Amino acid sequence: MNENVKQSSGHLYIRRILCYAVLVIFTVLCLFPFYILFVNASRSHVEIQLGFSMIPGTSFIRNWSNVVQSQTIHIFRGLLNSVIIAGLSALLSVYFSALTAYAIHAYDFRFKNAIFNFILIIMTIPTQISALGFVDLMTSMGLKETFIPLIVPSIAAPVVFFFMKQYMESSLPLEIVEAARIDGSSEFHTFNMVVMPIMKPALAVQAIFSFVTSWNNYFTPALILTKAENKTLPLWIAYLRSADFTKFDLGQLYMMIFIAIFPVLIVYILLSKFIVQGVAMGSVKG
Amino acid sequence: MRRKLLSVMLAATMVVGLTGCGSGSKDSGSSTTSKGDSSAEGKVVNIYTWNEEFIDRYKAYAQDLEKKHGVKVQFVTVANENNAYQDNLDNALKEQASASDDEKVDVFLMEADYASKYTKSDYTLDVVNDIGLTEDDLKDQYQYTKDVVTVDGKLKAVTWQATPGMFVYRRSAAKKILGTDDPKKVQKQLSDWDKFDAVAQKAKEKGYAMLSGYDDSYRVFSSHVSAPWVGGDDGKTIIIDDNIWKWVEQTKNYTDKGYNNKTTLWSDDWSADQGPGAKVFGYFYSTWGIDFTLKNNAKGGEKFPDKVGSGDFGDFATCYGPSGFYWGGTWIAAANGTDNIPFIKDLMLRLTCDADTMKKISKDTLDFTNNQPAMEAYAKSDYKSDFLGGQNNFELYAEIAPTIDMSNISDYDQGLNEAFQNAFHDYFEGKVDKDTALQNFYKAAKEKYPSLHEPEKD
Amino acid sequence: MSKTTTKHKKVSYAKWGYIFLIPFFLVYAVFSFIPMITTFYYSFFERYLDGLEEIGPTFVGFDNYITLFQNPDLLKYAANTVIMWVLGFLPQIIISLLFAAWFTNNRLKLKSGFFKIVIYMPNLIMASAFSMLFFALFANAGPINNILLKLGIIKESYHFLNTTAGTRGIVALMNFLMWFGNTTILLMSGMMGIDPALFEAAEVDGATPFQVFSRITMPLLKPIFVYVLVTSLIGGLQMFDVPQILTNGKGTPNRTSMTLIMYLNNHLFSENYGMAGAISVLLFIVTSLLSLFVFKSLMAQRK
Repeated sequence: MNENVKQSSGHLYIRRILCYAVLVIFTVLCLFPFYILFVNASRSHVEIQLGFSMIPGTSFIRNWSNVVQSQTIHIFRGLLNSVIIAGLSALLSVYFSALTAYAIHAYDFRFKNAIFNFILIIMTIPTQISALGFVDLMTSMGLKETFIPLIVPSIAAPVVFFFMKQYMESSLPLEIVEAARIDGSSEFHTFNMVVMPIMKPALAVQAIFSFVTSWNNYFTPALILTKAENKTLPLWIAYLRSADFTKFDLGQLYMMIFIAIFPVLIVYILLSKFIVQGVAMGSVKG
Repeated sequence: MRRKLLSVMLAATMVVGLTGCGSGSKDSGSSTTSKGDSSAEGKVVNIYTWNEEFIDRYKAYAQDLEKKHGVKVQFVTVANENNAYQDNLDNALKEQASASDDEKVDVFLMEADYASKYTKSDYTLDVVNDIGLTEDDLKDQYQYTKDVVTVDGKLKAVTWQATPGMFVYRRSAAKKILGTDDPKKVQKQLSDWDKFDAVAQKAKEKGYAMLSGYDDSYRVFSSHVSAPWVGGDDGKTIIIDDNIWKWVEQTKNYTDKGYNNKTTLWSDDWSADQGPGAKVFGYFYSTWGIDFTLKNNAKGGEKFPDKVGSGDFGDFATCYGPSGFYWGGTWIAAANGTDNIPFIKDLMLRLTCDADTMKKISKDTLDFTNNQPAMEAYAKSDYKSDFLGGQNNFELYAEIAPTIDMSNISDYDQGLNEAFQNAFHDYFEGKVDKDTALQNFYKAAKEKYPSLHEPEKD
Repeated sequence: MSKTTTKHKKVSYAKWGYIFLIPFFLVYAVFSFIPMITTFYYSFFERYLDGLEEIGPTFVGFDNYITLFQNPDLLKYAANTVIMWVLGFLPQIIISLLFAAWFTNNRLKLKSGFFKIVIYMPNLIMASAFSMLFFALFANAGPINNILLKLGIIKESYHFLNTTAGTRGIVALMNFLMWFGNTTILLMSGMMGIDPALFEAAEVDGATPFQVFSRITMPLLKPIFVYVLVTSLIGGLQMFDVPQILTNGKGTPNRTSMTLIMYLNNHLFSENYGMAGAISVLLFIVTSLLSLFVFKSLMAQRK
C-alpha cells in the first residue's frame, strides 16, 4: 500500500515536470509578441525596416514623444474614447446578455424555444454583412460621429447571451430562484441580487472578452467615426499604418500599438485574478 | 525650445484635447479637436487630407494667413487605408449642400492617381474663375502639374511640388560593374532598356542585383502608356497598355535571371536592399523619395548624422536612366460650396505661386517645388548634395520635370495600378501562369470598380 | 401580495420572460435587423459607386445571385476559409483540452495561476498588430528565414507569404495563438463545474486518466464544449482581419488565402450594395445552417 503511494507520487512528480515544461514553452510563445512589440517600440523606423532584432533600441523616448506630441494624433483623447466605448460596451453586454439568458432559462412561455433558436441563428451572422445598411441607417438617424452605434448594440450580443445561457444551465439551479420568490423578492430584484452574484465568474470572463473585442474593433468605428476628436485607438493605428513615406514611422506605429495594448493588459491582469478566484468559487457552489 | 517644455507639460498632465499645442501666439488653431469656438459661422476652414505632409507645409509656411482672414483651420485627417480617405471625403462632399458653414469641406488634398475623379466633377472649384488666381500667378508652375488637373479648359487644383523620377545608383557598385561612377558616363550605359538589361547581366556577374524587386520599374513604364487604363467604345473597358506588358516581360525576365531580389514595394526587404552595404545596383526614385526614404535607409537609421561615414551616405548618384518618369504628387483643390474663398486664394498663392516661399520650401525640405524659374536657378546654383557624392540633383530634376506628360491618367489609376502589380507578383514568383495572373487582375479590378469590364474576347 | 400561490406560478411569471427579453430585441431590431434587411433588400438591386457617381438603385431580380453563382471562385473562398479554420482549430482544441485538464486536475496540483493569465494574453493584441508582427517574423529576410538558413534547413530564403501552404499555415498559427487561451479558460470553467466527487469515485474504481476524461469530463463538458465549437466555427467562417492584413487584402498567392468575408469586403470598396448584399445572404444561409446543424447534432447526443 505504502509502496503504491510512493510510486504514484514519483510518477506524479515526473508528470508535473513535463506539464511545467510544456507550459513554459507556451508561455514564451505567448509573451514573445509582447516582447517584440516592446523592442520595436524602442527602435527607430529605419532600424525596424532594415532588420529584426531581439535587443531593444534607444528610441523609446523619442517614439513616445513623437506619438504624444503629434499635433494630428490625439492619443490621450483616443485612449479616453476607447475606454468609454469598450467599458460601456462590456458592462451593457454582460448585464443585458445575462438578463436575456435568464429570461430564457428561468421562465416558461410560448415561443421560448423559437426565440432561443432565433438568437442562435442570428449569432452566426457576421457583422460585415449588414455594414452598408448599418451605415445608411446610422447616417439617417444622425448617429454618425457619436458613440451610440458602437456602445448600444452590445446590449444584443448573441454570443455573450449564449455563453450566459450555457453557464446558467450548469450553475444556476432554479431552486435558488424559487427560494427567492418565497422570500418575497420581486423578479427583477431576484435577478439583480440573487442571480447576478452567482453569475460572477461568467460575467468576469465575458466582460473581459467583450472589452477586448470592443477595444480592438476597427471595422465598425471606421464606418462611424472620422473626426479626430472621436477616433479610437485602432483608428489612429490605421492612420499611422497608412501614412505616406515622409511620415511613415514604424517606431511611432509600434509605440502606438504598445500604448494601445497597455491599458487592456492592466484591465486584464486585474480582472483575471478575479476570474481565477471566481471560477474556483463557482465550482464549489455549483 | 518652447516645444520641449510643452511636451513635458503635456506628458505630465495628459491633457485630453491637445488644444493650443504649437508655436507662439495664443491659439494656433492647429488642433483638430478644438470645436469651432464662439466665432461666427463659416469662419472654420475644413481641410481634408490623409497625412501630415500638407499639414507640415501649411504650418511652416502659411499659418499666418489664418490671422489675416480671421479664420480657423481645422484638419480632417482620415487614413488612406481601404480607401477610407476617399469614402469619407465623398460622403462629406455629398452632404456639402446641407452641411452648416462650419462643417462644410473647404479644401481637400488629392493624389494624381485619383485626382481626375474630382476634377471632372462639380465638387471642385475653378482655380482661375472661381478662386481668382490669374494666369500670371500660375505662369511659373510646371505645365504638366496644371494639365493633369485641367478639365474642359478649367484648372481645378494646384500643387506646390513637381515629382520627376530618375535612376539612383550606388557609386561603389557602378565602379565595380561599369568601371566608373561618373553620372554622365553611367548614363551612357543605361540610356535605353537594352543597355539597361546588358548592365543587369554585368551586375549579376559582379554579385549585384540590378534592381531590388518587382515593382521598382513599374512607374517608369506606366508613365509612358499610350492611352489611359480605361477606354474603349463604351469608355468602361480596361485596356492594358503595351508599356505595362513590357514591365511584366522585363520583370519576369529579371526575376528568372536573378537580376532582382524579389522584393515588393515598401516591404522591409525592399528597404533593407537600400540599407548599408546592400548588393543592389540602383533604384528608380522620384524627388521626394531620395531625401526621405533612401537617405535614411542608406544611413542605417535616422539617428545617424548626414555625413559620409554614416552607412552608405555619399555613395549614391542620380542619372536619367532609360526613361524619365513621374511618381506621386499632391494637389490642393477648393471644394464647391466653400465660403472662405479669400483665404483659399491666399493659401494657394502662398504655397504654389509665391517664388520666395517655394524657394524656402526647397531649401528647408529639399522638396522639388512647382516653380520652374526658381528650380532652374537652383539647378544652376552651386548646390551640392553630400548624400549624392557632391552631385546637384536639382539639375536632373529640372531637366526631367518639363518633359512629364500625365495626360493618360484615369479615374481608376490608383486601384488598377495596385491590382495589376499585385496580381502579377504571383506570376513573377512562379506561382501562376500569365493568364491566371491576368484573370486575377480582372477579378480584383471588377470588384473595385463594378462598372468596368475586360475587353471582349475575339 | 399573497396572490403568488404556487398553483399559478407559471402563468404569473411568464410575462417576466417577455419583459426581460425586451432590451435585447429592441436593440437588435434597430441596430442589426433593419440594417440586415436593407442589406438583403439591396441584393436584388444594382447599386454601386462609380467614382463620385452613384449607379442605381435599379431592380435587377436575381442577377446578382446569378453573377455570384457563375463565379467558380466562391467555392474556392469557402474552402480557403474552412481549411484555415480547421488548421487553426484542431491544435487549439487539443492543446486547450489538455491544459484545461491539467489546470483542473486535483492530483497534479499545478501552480497554474500564472499560466492561466498568460495564455490568454495574445488575444489582447489587436489582430492588425499581430499580423504586422508575423509579417515581419516571416518576411523573406526575416528572423524565421535567418534561423532556418543558419541551421542549414533551407538553402535560400523561403518566401512564406508567397506560398499557399506558408500563408495558410501562418494564418492558422496566428489564430491558434490568439484563441487557445480563450478556449482553455472556457473549457476550464466548464470543468470546474464538474463535481469533484465524480472524479474521486472514478479513481476509487481504478479508472485510467483517459477513461476519466472520456467517460466523465467530456460528457459533462458538453454544453461548454458545444459553445466553444460553435463560436469557433462561426468565428472561423467570419475570418477576416488576420488574412486581410497579412496579405494586404489580396488573399495572395493566387487568392488562395482569400476568405468569404474578405471577398465580401472587396465589394464594400465600391459600396456595391447589390453584390455585397447577395454575398451576405449566401453567407447568412450557410453559417446559420452549419451552426444549427452542429449545435443540434451535439445537443441530441446529450440525451
